Amino acid sequence: MRKIRTYQDVPHDTGSGLLEQVLDQHHRLAERLALVRSVVAIASGKGGVGKSAITANLAAALAARGLAVGAVDADLNGPSLGRMLGVSGARLADRASGVEPARSPSGVRVMSMEFLQEEEDAPLRWREPSMGRFIWQSTLETGVLREFLGDVEWGELDILLVDVPPGTDKIARLLELVPDLDQMLLVTTPSETSRFVVSKSVRMAREAAVGTVALVSNMAGHTCLECGHVSDLFAGDGAKRLEEESGVPLWAEIPFDPRLGAATDSGTPLVITDPDADSSRAILTLADRVEEHVGIREDGVVEETGS
Amino acid sequence: MKFLCLDCDDIMKFAERQLPGDGTLAAVFKCGSCGREMAMLTNPMETQLVSSLGIKIGGREVPAQPMELARTSLEGGRDEAFVLSEDIPLTSGAPAAQGEEASPGEATAGRIVWTSEAAGRLERVPSFVRGMVKRIYTDWARERGVLEITPDIMDRARTELGLEGM
Repeated sequence: MRKIRTYQDVPHDTGSGLLEQVLDQHHRLAERLALVRSVVAIASGKGGVGKSAITANLAAALAARGLAVGAVDADLNGPSLGRMLGVSGARLADRASGVEPARSPSGVRVMSMEFLQEEEDAPLRWREPSMGRFIWQSTLETGVLREFLGDVEWGELDILLVDVPPGTDKIARLLELVPDLDQMLLVTTPSETSRFVVSKSVRMAREAAVGTVALVSNMAGHTCLECGHVSDLFAGDGAKRLEEESGVPLWAEIPFDPRLGAATDSGTPLVITDPDADSSRAILTLADRVEEHVGIREDGVVEETGS
Repeated sequence: MKFLCLDCDDIMKFAERQLPGDGTLAAVFKCGSCGREMAMLTNPMETQLVSSLGIKIGGREVPAQPMELARTSLEGGRDEAFVLSEDIPLTSGAPAAQGEEASPGEATAGRIVWTSEAAGRLERVPSFVRGMVKRIYTDWARERGVLEITPDIMDRARTELGLEGM
């Protein structure tokens, strides 16, 4: 049998220009993110835990402190960040150097698939062959997320928040694009099921050597608006158990508050309209922690792991 | 992906790219030693996979445009999503900058203008991709010292750049 050389043994210059184009994409993304001091992912792995509402409120809280904040809605199939930050229907300035993000009333620069879709109730569809979507859809959506990060004129930012949709594969997708992620906030609830799912994301973040990983427990109790009594929404203490088992610190416990949902539904984050609400105070505490950790990696300080 | 000429044990180099129809992508590769040619044909799903990477076999004729993949791939793109910035005025013969006036057909040195026919044709391009398309034509004209963009110039640029559907 004749011996055929391996891919690596054959010279790379095929004239097809594929490798050069891929490298150019990475280069453009790196150039854009070089102006961002800290990229912070808000993820979970689990759906329905309130990642987007936390992202919107956290972004508004950080911007209210005078920080330059951007927010990317990485949920291409179920975008909500634009609505929650009050920029639904925003139009984006189109320049050769990039697309200018929407600017929320709270000062957050926002990019979301919502801005690009004509019909509000239209599911995300691509104008390509309907057969074999599994072959190319994830690749295409990763490419579009790359454009959200790299083709948007974010300018100089202190913090760029990325609202990551459910599924550990979506976390992996972001890490592929931003391998040196500075912080990852993993949102969970006190429920045991949530602990079980989010533990997978903890492991993924650890293995990817994300600069700082922290837990956020959402819907951690419910405060009665009439009498102030705090009751549990979920049986168990899954978030605290996850903290103990993994050594990842629990940065905030955000109580359930229907006003938080109502405020984000109307595009006015509760941290702005009612900063004294219990849930707002918890998110402001979270903002403290996030802000404290901006630039930690670039300053050479050992990252906190909670161990 | 590489192609090796087994007779010569030499890398085959990209020679030509075509979209012959039916979603097929044809990429021709040629052996540098013996001159043998072969064409790689992809089915529509494979063509889409390559396209989903945001790359073109054989290299790009024009630089990647901001949000190009989203704009060219999204079904139901919002007409009002993008606002053309001042450096790419949409109206026929509009000034290139600083609010100066220029009449249609004017070909002032250093300024590229669009005839009303060319501008009209551009306005038929969906606004979701119009800014990107206009930039591509304008850059093509600028690189060749063309000061006035006409429908004929658009045709030439489209053919040269392989801008299917633009």
